[in-house]
Amino acid sequence: MQKIIKNLVLSITGIAIAGMASSAQAVDLNVVSWGGAYTASQMNAYHKPYMKANPSVKLNSIDYSGGLAEMRAQTESGNVTWDLVDVVLSDAITGCDEGMFRPIKIDKEMAAGADGTPASKDFLEGTLLSECFIPQIIYSTTFAYRTDAFGGKKPTKMSDVFDLKNFPGKRALQKKPINNLEWALIADGVPLAKVYDVLDTDKGKDRAFAKLATIKDNVIWWTEGAVPPQLMADGEAVFGTGYNGRWFSAINEEKQPFSMLWDGQVLDIDGWAIPAKGKNVDAVMKFVKYATDTQRLADQAKYIPYGPARKSSIPMVSKHATLGIEMNPHMPTSYADQGFLTNFSWWADNADEMNERFAAWLLQ
Amino acid sequence: MANEIIGGDVVLAADGTPLKASLNKAMRKNRIRALLLVTPLFLFIVFSFLIPIVEMTFRSVDNWQVGTLMPKTTTALAGWDGKALPDEPVFAALIQDLQAGAKAREIGKVGTRLNYEKSGLRGMITRSGKKSLKVKEGPYKEKILKMHKKWKDLETWTVIKRNTAPYTMGYYLNAVDMKYDKSGEIVMRDENRRIYGKLFLRTFAISMAITLICVMLAYPIAYLLATLPLRYSNLLMIFVLLPFWTSLLVRTTAWIVMLQSQGVLNDLFVFFGLVSDDNRLQLIYNLTGTIVAMTHILLPFMVLPLYSVMKTISPSYMCAALSLGANPMVAFIRVYMPQTLSGIVAGSILVFILSIGYYITPALVGGTDGTLISNQIAYHMQKSLNWGLAGALGALLLSSVLALYLIYNKIVGVDNMRFG
Repeated sequence: MQKIIKNLVLSITGIAIAGMASSAQAVDLNVVSWGGAYTASQMNAYHKPYMKANPSVKLNSIDYSGGLAEMRAQTESGNVTWDLVDVVLSDAITGCDEGMFRPIKIDKEMAAGADGTPASKDFLEGTLLSECFIPQIIYSTTFAYRTDAFGGKKPTKMSDVFDLKNFPGKRALQKKPINNLEWALIADGVPLAKVYDVLDTDKGKDRAFAKLATIKDNVIWWTEGAVPPQLMADGEAVFGTGYNGRWFSAINEEKQPFSMLWDGQVLDIDGWAIPAKGKNVDAVMKFVKYATDTQRLADQAKYIPYGPARKSSIPMVSKHATLGIEMNPHMPTSYADQGFLTNFSWWADNADEMNERFAAWLLQ
Repeated sequence: MANEIIGGDVVLAADGTPLKASLNKAMRKNRIRALLLVTPLFLFIVFSFLIPIVEMTFRSVDNWQVGTLMPKTTTALAGWDGKALPDEPVFAALIQDLQAGAKAREIGKVGTRLNYEKSGLRGMITRSGKKSLKVKEGPYKEKILKMHKKWKDLETWTVIKRNTAPYTMGYYLNAVDMKYDKSGEIVMRDENRRIYGKLFLRTFAISMAITLICVMLAYPIAYLLATLPLRYSNLLMIFVLLPFWTSLLVRTTAWIVMLQSQGVLNDLFVFFGLVSDDNRLQLIYNLTGTIVAMTHILLPFMVLPLYSVMKTISPSYMCAALSLGANPMVAFIRVYMPQTLSGIVAGSILVFILSIGYYITPALVGGTDGTLISNQIAYHMQKSLNWGLAGALGALLLSSVLALYLIYNKIVGVDNMRFG
């Protein structure tokens, strides 16, 4: 009996010591991302395998709706609780300029490609526009339409979206000037490469607003990404703009009668930024290095149709994990020649003015 | 203490101390106890309400960026007359500020601040900051002018000089659709950039309309509630309170389902042949949607004060009026309604002030002509990060509500307000 008790005491002490030792090393990392299917794809491709390989690290997933408001509030109060934030490139640029995010030495701190290419060469050209930004995926904002809305007719190009005569019905557009002004100019006949040159002139701005005004009465403005597929599913709108991943899941998972329009798609880059005053920088750097290597980026494409930001990951893209669909025809990068990349520096300079003008235009 | 004894000239308590002192002591104890009881609430209000309001209001005039992050340029510009581009000493100061700011990764804040005043200055500052690190020696004027074309623009320098001051009126000017022009005079903004004035007016108009509709809808309901026998009125009360207990988002979404063009109401209209199928009414994502949804959400705030006031009105007043020869209409208007005025006042203030600050419902169902000023405040807090402008808009909204309240008080009298 005494022996049993002695063993028991010893083993409990052992467990307690082991527990203390492991808890001393354990880190909790707060990883912030967009939620929904996108966070789910990250959990499957990065978080779960990483936590399995590193049991001492616990990754907490936090959802947010974009923007730098929380990040700035945390930085200003000096109490930064986020360790890693998933941001769009434009926010990374602003946050980097204002000192919210930590600059990265991309070749030194990030993994080289599977074939040994240094990271700075392996990430797609034009994705490394901010030194605080580690690219993950290329996504696109593009139009989709209801296939049953126009009789036998099929819209194929941007000008069809602005053609109320042949394609009548409501359009669900995002309530902000970015993208909408570019699309208006493209529909008005401006070639993709010239869009920002035209938009930079006063005449060009007037022209974009004038073209947008032709469909103004037929627009439902949305602010949350989940809304446009819903509006179209309800038959409230016949065209809608949205992220290509949402259209993919509406078409292939929910079997909605939608089809996508790749013409004039706006490519954008999403990636990680590390808060400069975060408390666990070393642990976060290890995770980001792992999560943005060739294999992990290719893995993510099994769950969501966003193109990996590394050249070395692209040939590894194959089928969807549950639907079994070949993913390449659903990647925005496969139609890159039909779209354009947002000119971030133009918008950084002009967003304040254009947002105001857009709001005033809506009020008219 | 209760047993008073007469001892000499002063009244003494049982323990021999003067009654007055002993009473004071007991009162003080009570007062401290009462104070301790309200302390948590008081502290809560100070920290969660007063301090944030003061802080946001301070942000609306705070202009620390240029003065703090470009101290040398600020000093060098103090004597600049503004007639031509500044001379070499200013540029020499500027290059040091740019280099220091770029190294500390702070210079972007100056760019953000200046861009509110003049589009394009954000890019000018951030790009020049990066380029400045390569500059080793002077003359600096030439080198900086080459960094970005806007450095050659006299207006750029006027804007920088104006914002070296630690406080600014810029955000308030923006909030009332005004700005500084090239020469620094205050003028109205271009027609195509005026928003806030219109939005303020619209917010007040919509809030008043909603208040009015609420009074008209709530009055008969409250009257029924107050006069029906208890078992019926309890059931009615549950109908009033049920939506009150349901989440705001659920109710708003329910209205979307009801009102959208493929929604329940339009389906009924089409079914009864009131409108044709391809000509369905647009009842949501516009002003109608905002008014309907907000009226529904705010209705209980009108019904409850009205009900509690009507409940206290004795039915015998009406009986007396009727028996004295007034017809029911006159009796209702001249005898009953004046007694409910305090309820109307209380309900109207509640509904009006709540609707002025509403933003979730208008954002979801308001479309373009149904959004309110608070949507712009939320936008500047969350998206554009122009917290100074958000603070200025908020301060204007707060002070106009207070002004309206004072006027209201002058006309109706706040002592007339009763919640029950």
